Formats: sequence, structure tokens, C-alpha cells
Amino acid sequence: MALVDLMVPKLPDTEVYGALARFPTTRALYRACERVRDAGYTRWDAHTPFPVHGLEKAMGLPSSKLGWVVLVTGLGGAGLGFLLQTWVHTEAYPLVISGKPLFAWPAFVPVTFELGVLGAALGAVIGMLALNKLPMYYHPLFRSKAFERVTDDAFFISIEAWDPKFDLEQTVALLRSCGADEVELIPGEAAAVASASDQAQGRPA
Amino acid sequence: MTDHARAVSERQFYLPSSGFWANLRLIGLAVGVIAAAVSGLLAAGNARQFYYSWLVAFLFFLSVGLGSLFFVLIHHATKAGWGVVVRRLAEYTAACLPVLLLLFVPIYLGRAELYHWTDAQAVAHDHVLSNKAAYLNVGAFVVRALVYFALWSFLALLFLRLSRRQDATADEGLSRQMIRWSGPAILIFALTLTFASFDWIMSLEPHWYSTMFGVYFFAGSVVACFAFLCLLTVTLQQAGCLRDVLTLEHFHDLGKLLFAFTVFWAYIAFSQFFLIWYANLPEETAFFFQRTEGSWLAATRLLVVGHFVVPFFFLMPRSIKRRRPLLLLGASWMLLMHWLDLYWLVMPNLHPEGVRLSLLDLTCFLAVGGLFLAVLGALLRSGALVPIKDPRLVESLEFENF
Repeated sequence: MALVDLMVPKLPDTEVYGALARFPTTRALYRACERVRDAGYTRWDAHTPFPVHGLEKAMGLPSSKLGWVVLVTGLGGAGLGFLLQTWVHTEAYPLVISGKPLFAWPAFVPVTFELGVLGAALGAVIGMLALNKLPMYYHPLFRSKAFERVTDDAFFISIEAWDPKFDLEQTVALLRSCGADEVELIPGEAAAVASASDQAQGRPA
Repeated sequence: MTDHARAVSERQFYLPSSGFWANLRLIGLAVGVIAAAVSGLLAAGNARQFYYSWLVAFLFFLSVGLGSLFFVLIHHATKAGWGVVVRRLAEYTAACLPVLLLLFVPIYLGRAELYHWTDAQAVAHDHVLSNKAAYLNVGAFVVRALVYFALWSFLALLFLRLSRRQDATADEGLSRQMIRWSGPAILIFALTLTFASFDWIMSLEPHWYSTMFGVYFFAGSVVACFAFLCLLTVTLQQAGCLRDVLTLEHFHDLGKLLFAFTVFWAYIAFSQFFLIWYANLPEETAFFFQRTEGSWLAATRLLVVGHFVVPFFFLMPRSIKRRRPLLLLGASWMLLMHWLDLYWLVMPNLHPEGVRLSLLDLTCFLAVGGLFLAVLGALLRSGALVPIKDPRLVESLEFENF
């Protein structure tokens, strides 16, 4: 149960989750991102079927902290590898090999290097998943039928309702003025649960 | 994602008609000639020191030229787009290689002082050297040197000529021709560089051998080339050239390559040490014993820290590679460390007792460097600083890192 909780985003319980706008092309999306960024929104995201180069600039995203994670796990792996070998060769199993001293540091370098690479690689993969909050099995945007096209041929911007700048009318108007084909409001947690139980009891949503 | 091609004024493609760069050929020539004369005077009292210092200086600029030739070749072999804007500068630097044949003359003249294996009597009484005499003899040494210079000059001038012909004709076929040449050229490059490093550096201690030595010299050369290109591009921009041509994206990539080959150098340097340390054969370990005695131990430690540990962490962050002054600092430091690397390879044979810096180290460096830069200055003046009609030029101008 606790693990599943981790994989579902924790969101404020509001009537509306946010606004979702669909754009026909990467260019339109790119321009819209610049406008949303310049309007001062902070809790929003862009969704595309494939990586769009330069979008992070248009969105005004800061550079990723992943590099620091990799640096720490890489150096940690290397340090651990070196200490492990030192302990094994001088404490646990002190054997004279090839006439070398017990603490023969040059012989430790290849394994130290490899464990450094391993630590960096694991740090990169796990850190990337953690920073992206993945795996995430459910997201309020899945309530939108139109959003299914995000893995096919459409480009989206979603702005969350608890963004300090969010205003139902103004935000929708901004997205429309950016050239969105379609803007819809995604129901929030409470509204979605109510609507689901209505449907289950046969009442119209 | 750039919507509009950047507008670049044509003037930036050429050197300004006055100032330091326009007169580099004269400044370099003056410095070179004066420093060579001073070196000659100083050499009168200490010929051995002169030849060794000259060899270090010669190898330094040789490695910059060879590294640049490698960059040109690998650029074509990989059909690279990003680096078109810096390729011409590497072509010019590589085209300075022929003049090094002239600067090789003092090494030929000093062969008896530099290379123990030229002493016929010593060789006759030395089992190892008499067995190596089929390779290590003056005749073969000279013929090989001429072959290396002929091939390097041929390749460097071939690529420069084809590239410049494209400036005039805008013929895309020339790009394909350069790509076709690049494969066999890399093979020739690898073999000649390897054997040149055996001939000119490894044979200073003719009993010692390391099959990795060619790669070691190669790794240092490429580090030197990218450091030199960073230095050249940043200073050219300060003079107003290439201002809107070379962006932070290009500097970022030059920095990445400098970082990568610094790590590659360390990898090769350690591998060479590691195998010799592990096998522990007396004829191989002598090289490292010599370099851990007296003050050479300090030089060895400085090389490990200064040529690897410090630049590894300094050049790693993106923010350093994307700041011209910091990249310039890193590149200058790497050139200094590359010089130390060559000094460390050559000088223990002259001063086994410890590091003995000499005024000749400086004057020989200025003499070789002055003449090298004089030729580079003349080449930079002779045409555009970028391949202005290269089909990938626009791609390179708009290049961005992701």
C-alpha cells in the first residue's frame, strides 16, 4: 500500500485539477510555452509524443540537478570500491600476490574505476526516475480523452490550478490566445470521485 | 530550435587588416629569430642542454600540429556538422607541420648528444642495442623522419587545399572527396605518429620500450590541439573575428573534447604505468624509477594532479565550458601541463639527478613557437577563417547542445 502511494502524485484536493490545451505543431507549442513562461506561471508542464529540442529553454526550466546526483554516486561508488579492496587485501584476506605489498593501490584502480562508473550509471538512472517522479501509475490528466493523443500526434500544455497565477478565465484565455486547438478543464480529485460514483450508480455525470 | 538563420557579417570571416593578428607573422618571425639567436649563444656553453630543450619545444608544437591534423581527419571521417566553424583553424594549424621539418634540423645535428644509440662503439658492446640496430640507426632515422614529414605535409596541405578550393567553387563534391580521403589518412596518421614518438622520444632511452607509447603521445597531442584551439578561438574573438560565428555552443563542445581527451590521456598514462608496475621487469621499470627519484617525484606528482585530477573536476561542469574566460584558463593550464608532460618524458635523460630548469628551455620554446606561429599568422591572413562555402556551415552556425 505504501509503495502504491508513492507512485500516485499527491495533489491538493480542488474542484479543478487544471487547464489542458492542445496544440497542432511543435512550433505552436514552443511559442505557447514561451508565452506561458513569460506570464509567470510556475506549476505547469508541456507534454509531447517525442522530445522537442529546446523546449526546456522555451519553458524556462532550470538545468537539471541530475549531474550532482551522478557526481555523488559516482565518487561514492569509486570510494566504496577502493575501501572494499583495501579492507579485503589488508584485513580480511591478507595474501601476498605477485610479490606486491598488501596495500597495492595501483592494482585497486581498475575496480575502483569500474565501481565509479557503476555508481554513476545507477545514480543517473535511479536519479532520473526519482527526479521525474517515475514510475507514476496514475495522473489526473488521464481523465482527459483528448490527452490520449499525447503519445500520437498532439502537443499539450497543462497548467495546474494551484499555480499562484492560475485564474479560470484568464488562464484559459491565455492558452486560447496562444493558438490552442482546444482547451479543457480537468476535474480535480473530489469532482472526479463524485462523477465516477455517479456513473457507477447509473446517474448522468 | 532557432527560427531564423543568424545574420553574420562577412567581415568576421577574415582577420582584421591591422593589429596583433594581422602582424602575427612578423611578430612570430621576430620573436623566433631573436630567441633562436639567443638560444644559439647560450648553446655555445651548453650544447647538450640546448638540444634537449629544443627537442621539448619541437615536440610541443609538433603535437599541436599533429593533434590539429587529427581533428581535421576525424571531423571528415565522422561527417561532423557542429565543428565546421572551427575546422579551418585546425586546418591552418596542421598546415604549419611542414615548417617543423626545418626545425627538426637541430635535432638531427644533435643526434649524438640526444640519442645514445648513435654511438657505434657503445652499440657494438651492447647486446640489446646491437639487436635493435636494424631499426635504430642514423640512416633509417633520417629516412623515417623525412617520410613522416612528407606524409604529414601531404595530408595537411591536401585537406587545406581541398577545403579552400571549396571556398572558391562551392563544390559539394569536394566535401565528399575529403571524407573519402579521411579514412586512409587516419591510418597513415596513426602509424606515422606512433613511430615518430618511438624515434624521437622513446629512443632517448633505447633500452626501454612501451608498446603503448604511441597512444600516450597521441593522447597528449589531442589534448594540446583542443587546448590550442580554445586559446586561438577565444583570442581571435577578442580581436573581433568570428564574434557571431562561434557561439557558446561551440566553446562548450571544444571544452567537452578537451575534457574527454584529458581523461583519455590519464587512462593511457595509468595503463602504461600499471602494466609496467605489475610485470615488474627491470628493463621496463627503469623508466618510472628514473622519474620518481629526487625532484622528479614532485614533477610526476604534479603531472598526475595537474594533468588529470585538477582539470577533471575543473572542466567537468557545463558552466565552466560555457564561460570563455574560464575555458581559456583551463585550456592555458592544459597547454602548460602538456609542456610539463613532454619535459617529463625527455629531460630525465639529461638531468637524472632532478629537475633542472634552464633558460634554454624558455628561449628554445620561444624560437620554435615564434616560427610556428609566424607560419600560422601568414596562413590565417591568407584566406577565410571558416570554410565559407561548406555545405554544413549553416548547420554548424545554428548548432546547439541539448
